[in-house]
Amino acid sequence: MSARALSGPGLSIREAGWLPDRRRQAIWTVAALALVLAAVVVAGTLLADVAAKPDLMARRQPPSLAHPFGTDWLGRDLLARTLVGLRLSLMVGTLAAAVSASIALVLSGVAAALGRWMDTAVSWLVDLFLAIPHLILLILVAFALGGGISGVVVAVALTHWPTLTRLLRGEARRVMQSDYVRLSHHLGKPGWWVARHHLVRHLVPQFTVGLILLFPHAILHEAALSFLGFGLPPDSPAIGIILSDSMRELSSGAWWLALLPGFALLAVVKSVDVLGEQLRALTDPRSVHE
Amino acid sequence: MAVELLSEPGASSAPPTDNPSRRGIVNFVGRRLVHLIGLLVGVALLGFVLMELSPVDPIDAYVGGDAVRLGEEQRALIAERWGLDDPTPERLARWAGNLITGDMGTSTVFNAPVTHVIGERFVASLALLATAWLLSGVLGFVLGLVAAATRGSLLDRSIRWFAYTLASAPTFWVGLLLLTLVAVQLGWAPTSGATPVGLDPAAATLGQRLHHLFLPALTLSVVGIAPITLHTRARAVEVLGSDVVLFARAQGDSGWSLIRHRVVRNAAVPALMLQFASISELLGGSVLAEQVFNYPGLGQATVRAGIQGDVPLLLGIALFATVLVYVGNQMGDIAQRLVDPRVPVFDGGARQ
Repeated sequence: MSARALSGPGLSIREAGWLPDRRRQAIWTVAALALVLAAVVVAGTLLADVAAKPDLMARRQPPSLAHPFGTDWLGRDLLARTLVGLRLSLMVGTLAAAVSASIALVLSGVAAALGRWMDTAVSWLVDLFLAIPHLILLILVAFALGGGISGVVVAVALTHWPTLTRLLRGEARRVMQSDYVRLSHHLGKPGWWVARHHLVRHLVPQFTVGLILLFPHAILHEAALSFLGFGLPPDSPAIGIILSDSMRELSSGAWWLALLPGFALLAVVKSVDVLGEQLRALTDPRSVHE
Repeated sequence: MAVELLSEPGASSAPPTDNPSRRGIVNFVGRRLVHLIGLLVGVALLGFVLMELSPVDPIDAYVGGDAVRLGEEQRALIAERWGLDDPTPERLARWAGNLITGDMGTSTVFNAPVTHVIGERFVASLALLATAWLLSGVLGFVLGLVAAATRGSLLDRSIRWFAYTLASAPTFWVGLLLLTLVAVQLGWAPTSGATPVGLDPAAATLGQRLHHLFLPALTLSVVGIAPITLHTRARAVEVLGSDVVLFARAQGDSGWSLIRHRVVRNAAVPALMLQFASISELLGGSVLAEQVFNYPGLGQATVRAGIQGDVPLLLGIALFATVLVYVGNQMGDIAQRLVDPRVPVFDGGARQ
């Protein structure tokens, strides 16, 4: 890999001159998006009271300056509800990404370190969890926990590890079979030394990016579960519940109830996605010089 | 890679697979059956454990709002009839024994055998799933080819932007938007159901059914378009930069003819694989699409089973979905082998 990158046409003078700009651009993008997401969380925290306050004089109002996203059937400000819902989504996403990524790291480490039998067991487990459509698995887990907000959170947190496990396991196997690891073994280095100096260093970038890219999936699944009516109480401001409420009002022509909160969710998911991709470009040795 | 690609796909290279031995096929199918049975046992055990963990009381869930008026004696009677007080291993053994004979139990929501409910609901969903599946496959493939052929242009960039955005959009939100715009504002399609309201479902004409199918199928197809577009584009770009295409261009081939003869078959390999692997996502998406359009299919039954605590139906659907997903993946594998002459069709070996 490194040999090819050094001798290949990737580092022509023209491209080397173009390189820092691209990196700087990526760093600025990451910083800006992180700032926007942090602002959403802060706004969602501050607006919790506004989002819950009904105003029966101002029910079902289309978007205006006072209510940029309009109001719902109880006259609650939809922008505030959306921001509070997005904050919940981001928190569930953070938790789910952290938990699932840790599970993936442990399982792939175990598969790589403890021999063939364990490796087979881990890949069978991955196959098993990928064999059931994800949404159906989520419904099963949420049901097992008796619904409630904890049911949704735990279901989303516990089911997002299989694809990342598969990815990390493949990477770990590639490293363990490489020449420099074999050389280390021949030089008499113990297993943990090889794991710390070779394996971990290769897995960390993949792991970090994988963790961030779990986010969008987790957020969308949280929204889907609460949209279907699993768990969250019907008056709590989650995006799924706001959208499921909007379904009852669609025939009366209240288009803003579905359009704007969903669009905000899309924007957040896409921001996290772009953030992850830019980080990947910054850390992946294969694209770091592009 | 380049050397392999130099040989014209489909024509030259060794055709080792035209007459696989019968033993090869038996071996191939046998291996996969064993794997599927292993997965089914795993899913059944996992599902059973999850249902055991659930604090939802099966009797409360069954009786619903009338649970308050239920006397202790009646409660005990139902528990005895269902064998709820038996020890866990005994119930697991009984359920597993029934499963093997094809008896999945009785759905408490629909008051009918689970196999019957799944069969009936799946037939209703099948039209929806198949339409969405074809739509997303064809649209995704064509968009991917167009993007690759016009690489770097505004069209290419808009197709890629569209695909990436679609991948981030929640399915049910896309459904809600289509519902608002096409059904409510424009009135071009019905807002819910599979047949007109107030009409005996059996009496609905084909035209009426298609009319009801249109929006849910369009919503559901959104799930699968993005990955196929992006992967087709990536492969097609790779092929367009290869020596095969360079050689073809040197011979004077260009434009649509070049794409048709040199690119389509190559780009079809990842697209086919993804298309069959997308069945898992498609089934998940159908749960959401059917909920938005109140379409009486398997997805809607899943939601009702989950919310109303119908354990037998929920487990039955999980097992059924597992079989569908597995068959889809295997078909993708075989289709890929049929299209790609470098891979033998029945070598019995596992992937990877």
